[in-house]
Amino acid sequence: MNDTLTIGGHTFQSRFILGSGKFSLDLIQAVVENGGAEMITLALRRANVGGAENILDYIPKNVTLLPNTSGARTAEEAVRIARLAREIGCGDFIKVEVINDSKYLLPDNYETVKATEILAKEDFIVMPYMYPDLQVARSLVNAGAAAVMPLGSPIGSNKGLQTKDFIQLLIDEINLPIIVDAGIGRPSQACEAMEMGAAAVMCNTAIATSNDIPTMAKAFKQAIEAGRAAYLAGLGRVLQTAEASSPLTGFLED
Amino acid sequence: MAKKRVNHMEYLDGMEKIPSDIMEKVLTTVDQYDYLCYTAKDVETALAKDQLSLHDYGALLSPAALPYLEEMARRGKSKTQKHFGNSISLFTPLYIANYCANECTYCGFKATNKIHRAALSLSEAEKELKAIHETGLEEILILTGESRHLSDVDYIGEVVKLATNYFTTVGIEIYPLNIDEYAYLHQCGADFVSVYQETYNPETYEQVHLWGSKRIFPYRFHAQERALLGGMRGVSFGALLGLDDFRKDAFAAGLHAHLIQQKYPHAEIGFSVPRLRPYINNKENNSKDVHERQLLQVMLAYRLFMPYAGITISTRERAGFRDHVVGLVATKMSAGVNVGVGGHEEEQKGDKQFEISDERTVADIHQMLINKGLQPVYSDYIRL
Repeated sequence: MNDTLTIGGHTFQSRFILGSGKFSLDLIQAVVENGGAEMITLALRRANVGGAENILDYIPKNVTLLPNTSGARTAEEAVRIARLAREIGCGDFIKVEVINDSKYLLPDNYETVKATEILAKEDFIVMPYMYPDLQVARSLVNAGAAAVMPLGSPIGSNKGLQTKDFIQLLIDEINLPIIVDAGIGRPSQACEAMEMGAAAVMCNTAIATSNDIPTMAKAFKQAIEAGRAAYLAGLGRVLQTAEASSPLTGFLED
Repeated sequence: MAKKRVNHMEYLDGMEKIPSDIMEKVLTTVDQYDYLCYTAKDVETALAKDQLSLHDYGALLSPAALPYLEEMARRGKSKTQKHFGNSISLFTPLYIANYCANECTYCGFKATNKIHRAALSLSEAEKELKAIHETGLEEILILTGESRHLSDVDYIGEVVKLATNYFTTVGIEIYPLNIDEYAYLHQCGADFVSVYQETYNPETYEQVHLWGSKRIFPYRFHAQERALLGGMRGVSFGALLGLDDFRKDAFAAGLHAHLIQQKYPHAEIGFSVPRLRPYINNKENNSKDVHERQLLQVMLAYRLFMPYAGITISTRERAGFRDHVVGLVATKMSAGVNVGVGGHEEEQKGDKQFEISDERTVADIHQMLINKGLQPVYSDYIRL
């Protein structure tokens, strides 16, 4: 079976989206190859076009760029960064990140919906980063989002799927790819997100802070593939109670 | 110099007052901070936590934490990596003027010092900016001495405007301003403001700032808040460690930053850690001296208390120290530094504020970072 991921009319074989902001630029190539990633996020503010250590110079050409609007505190700022990204040739994908909190880096859902609406009208393929809230996710669908990217736990925390139950609601109710972004700290957590039916997983810190970055990228690739296969195969049922070997209702006669 | 000493806690005419209880909170809390009451157990408890309370922070700044410096470093490194990866931001300061209208006993720029004073003309400033930009840097910090009269806000604004033609990120380290003046410089293109309180002990502050507007403690204290109200994106904090009791001053600076972040959650928070060095050949065990060990303790305590805050390491520290604290706890460093007025392109026009200990160029620092497996970051900001 050909199981592909489609976002905004673009098809991907890989369900692993790689973050790029926390490790050496000269490792990007190896991480992309080991992780089999076909999409990579980059903070536009890190693009130093024409200057030294410009992240854009390090991203392999066959990988789809997903520029993000990090640094934006309002919808308006996110929109301006997105337009700038398009102007310098980063394509039409945009990950909307509107963050008003320097401590926890939690997204501002309200501003995120506003930015999504404006950018979708300008034909961007908008992938908003959000706090998993079903009503907000529905608003994002109406605003024209191409995918929804709920956080598992705060960025960089490596705490895994703290918002699991709410992400599950999005997976069950929202008819767009749900991509778990932020907080995934280990391959087993990425696998768990995929088993739940997430369309893809985005990961950065967990890989960047490992001792062997390319190898960890590979571990994530395998975990994501395993989780996806398990989801497609259908997980076995999980019983909340033991099955009594002597039936409790065996005394019934007629 | 028999100038009349004004009350250092009372605002002078023209100094804007804002409604804020942060200074009172900081001063009251620091007053009660007794770093000698902490034990090894308090330090161990703090080191076992993910989110530090103020009490834990106090423990890490106490003498009881010194034997745990290695463990603090291990935890600090992991926090630094988690929040910043291996990125190290690079910038350089540009002194555009060194006129000063204050008498601060510890400072080389003080008004009564007979040094060579100057301010760059706009064309001189532009040549400097251009020369610095050619080294590859994208972030600049514009500094003046503290003379409103001889380096006024309009002049600084013109230099900031010029700087935006060459740099993605412009910060200012100048005398404290009113909100509308910060708003004006923000409009000119500056986004980050550094103001250091020097000491958070009002009594010592009064004794070392003899005259000039810098003498007014609360006006300086509230500068970060006014800067944020004026639209600036980020503010930096710091005490001149060693001027007074460094443990109390570091505790105060951290608490100040923490309260500002709570009140203005969007603000980017940074720390600098300038210090007065202990006298050479004075290896006596003076517990108030800030040797490298104590300096690192302060930096790590900042990191563990506020893991998301940027920490800058200046060229006042030696290369060997700087090279080891980047990636471990510091996230930002200057390179290609000249602390005289001008001197990057034109001949230096005014004397230096202090001697620097690390003369390396941007290319040298770049290579050092690469050799250490760190990622030099030139651009990390979009001016919107």
